[in-house]
Amino acid sequence: MSDIPKDLRYSPSHEWVRDEGNGVVTLGITDHAQESLGDLVFVELPEVGQSLAVGDEMGVVESVKAASDLFSPISGEVLEVNETLGDTPEAVNSDPYGDGWIAKVKLSIPTELDDLLDADAYTAVAEEEED
Amino acid sequence: MVIFEHSRAGRRSGAHRFDGLDAVGDLPPELLREAEPELPRVSELEAVRHYTRLSQKNFAIDTHFYPLGSCTMKYNPRACNTLAGLPGIVDRHPLAPDSHSQGFLRSMFDLQEMLKSVTGMKEVSLTPMAGAQGEFTGMAMIRAYHVARGDHERTEVLVPDAAHGTNPATAVMCGFKVKEIPTDEVGDVDIDKLKAAVGPHTAGIMLTNPSTLGVFERHIEAIAGIVHEAGGLLYYDGANLNAILGRTRPGDMGFDVVHMNLHKTFSTPHGGGGPGAGPVGVGERLRPFLPVPMVTEEDGEYRWLTERDRPQSIGRLSAFMGNAGILMRAYIYALLLGREGMERVAMFATLNAAYLATRLREEGFELAYPDRRPTHEFIITLRREAKQLGVTAMDFAKRLLDYGHHAPTTYFPLLVPECLLIEPTETESREVLDEFVAAMAAIRKESETRADYVRGAPYTTPVRRLDDVRAARHLDLRWRPAEEAPAPAPEVGEARQA
Repeated sequence: MSDIPKDLRYSPSHEWVRDEGNGVVTLGITDHAQESLGDLVFVELPEVGQSLAVGDEMGVVESVKAASDLFSPISGEVLEVNETLGDTPEAVNSDPYGDGWIAKVKLSIPTELDDLLDADAYTAVAEEEED
Repeated sequence: MVIFEHSRAGRRSGAHRFDGLDAVGDLPPELLREAEPELPRVSELEAVRHYTRLSQKNFAIDTHFYPLGSCTMKYNPRACNTLAGLPGIVDRHPLAPDSHSQGFLRSMFDLQEMLKSVTGMKEVSLTPMAGAQGEFTGMAMIRAYHVARGDHERTEVLVPDAAHGTNPATAVMCGFKVKEIPTDEVGDVDIDKLKAAVGPHTAGIMLTNPSTLGVFERHIEAIAGIVHEAGGLLYYDGANLNAILGRTRPGDMGFDVVHMNLHKTFSTPHGGGGPGAGPVGVGERLRPFLPVPMVTEEDGEYRWLTERDRPQSIGRLSAFMGNAGILMRAYIYALLLGREGMERVAMFATLNAAYLATRLREEGFELAYPDRRPTHEFIITLRREAKQLGVTAMDFAKRLLDYGHHAPTTYFPLLVPECLLIEPTETESREVLDEFVAAMAAIRKESETRADYVRGAPYTTPVRRLDDVRAARHLDLRWRPAEEAPAPAPEVGEARQA
């Protein structure tokens, strides 16, 4: 079973969100997502300053098996992106919730965090896919 | 090894010298090169051995079963190649006047007519030079149609998630926004989701039928009704035309534009990047927009149709009219088959797929859509094998090479986990299909007792398992002489250390 930390929020499209306080969140893709994609060879990051709405395409993760769009789990403005993934996309595989983070976003609608899944609800989503 | 590595100063090959060519004498001296060009210096025997060895490394339809799903790797009859190489065809200059090109023009006119008839469309243009260009042409015409009507609001193209993988890219290339339509659990387009998605912004839908799931879209008439009613047009991706050739026609299903991959369905050599041929056929609404040139016939004379005849044409896609040599091969193939032969193509392509699917199921493999009849191809999922034995679809694919079969398409379509997409084509015998089933069963047996061994395959090929991750992360496509080469690249090409 993949790792699904209790303190994070999740989207059904396999992104995680960490509330950093001050209306800022860090986001990335889940351990389950990196496991299904396999070894990543390329990550296309969103642009700093880009404004996002829920469900917007915000980048692409590409493995030797497949390319998959990243969908924004929240609305807001991109403050910072993880440039190191350009050279080391494998960080998403080895440490999806740490060094493999993708972007930091300033929330425009903070209450959207409550609409995201908690760890238990996301576990159910991931388990259903693994059957 | 590349041929430059055989090069030694002073060696030459008499067989590869050009005689009778005069040097161009009137070039300004400042444009003449001073150093000799870097060409390999090898003897005739070295050149012959080098290229013969390379050809022996081919894993090709001429040497092996090649069930690469979605690619239609069928046998290319030698007659097509021989006849397309007749001097009257290859020596014709593309700028020769129509009066000197009547034979060639007539062949192309007849090919247009045959493709019209077999797809049920009103008119065909042969000029697109590949499948991707055919797709581009189709969507560019749909765009031109809406613009010509002053209907500038139609900016969205619907693409079912079982469509051919290139479709969304084509729609974006033509300036549209893509809206994905989900597939229901038995592999048909979700009609309710389609109804909810159409509207005044719908430019059209791109559909592959049979879809990449290897099943025939049973609701196609309903889909055509819904999209047309909303004011959109229907684009047929011809990727899987082999399954229906001569049996049913996109024109009868309600499609407005069709592209055909002649290099697949009409059996011209393909793989390795072409050349291809992607003609388009259209219904009445899109006729004015077809790309030129096309061939027309008036009182027994054949001539080119150009922009003068078709002022609303989307224009030209190449300097002349597509890959003429490939079009000739397809024309000869169609003549060899005849109308009835075309129908046999689809019947045997689907029979072979159905036989192979049934035999694999009897051996205990899981079909992705067990309740549906396969068309010309079908999907098995190895998720059980991956979970229980730790041997993936990729491991099966690699091990098949050791058994003398090209691997099926792996991990596509994305909708099915651990999948192999298998397309035997109509040109294989039952014995070959049985050998393939036996190989699959043997690999599973090996996986139960020696999983590590299967995970290390292949063992009998000139190159062992590639480290595809490292190859993708450190892409290096250029050969350099040893003294110029950078530090040795990581050992891409050697067996992965498990």
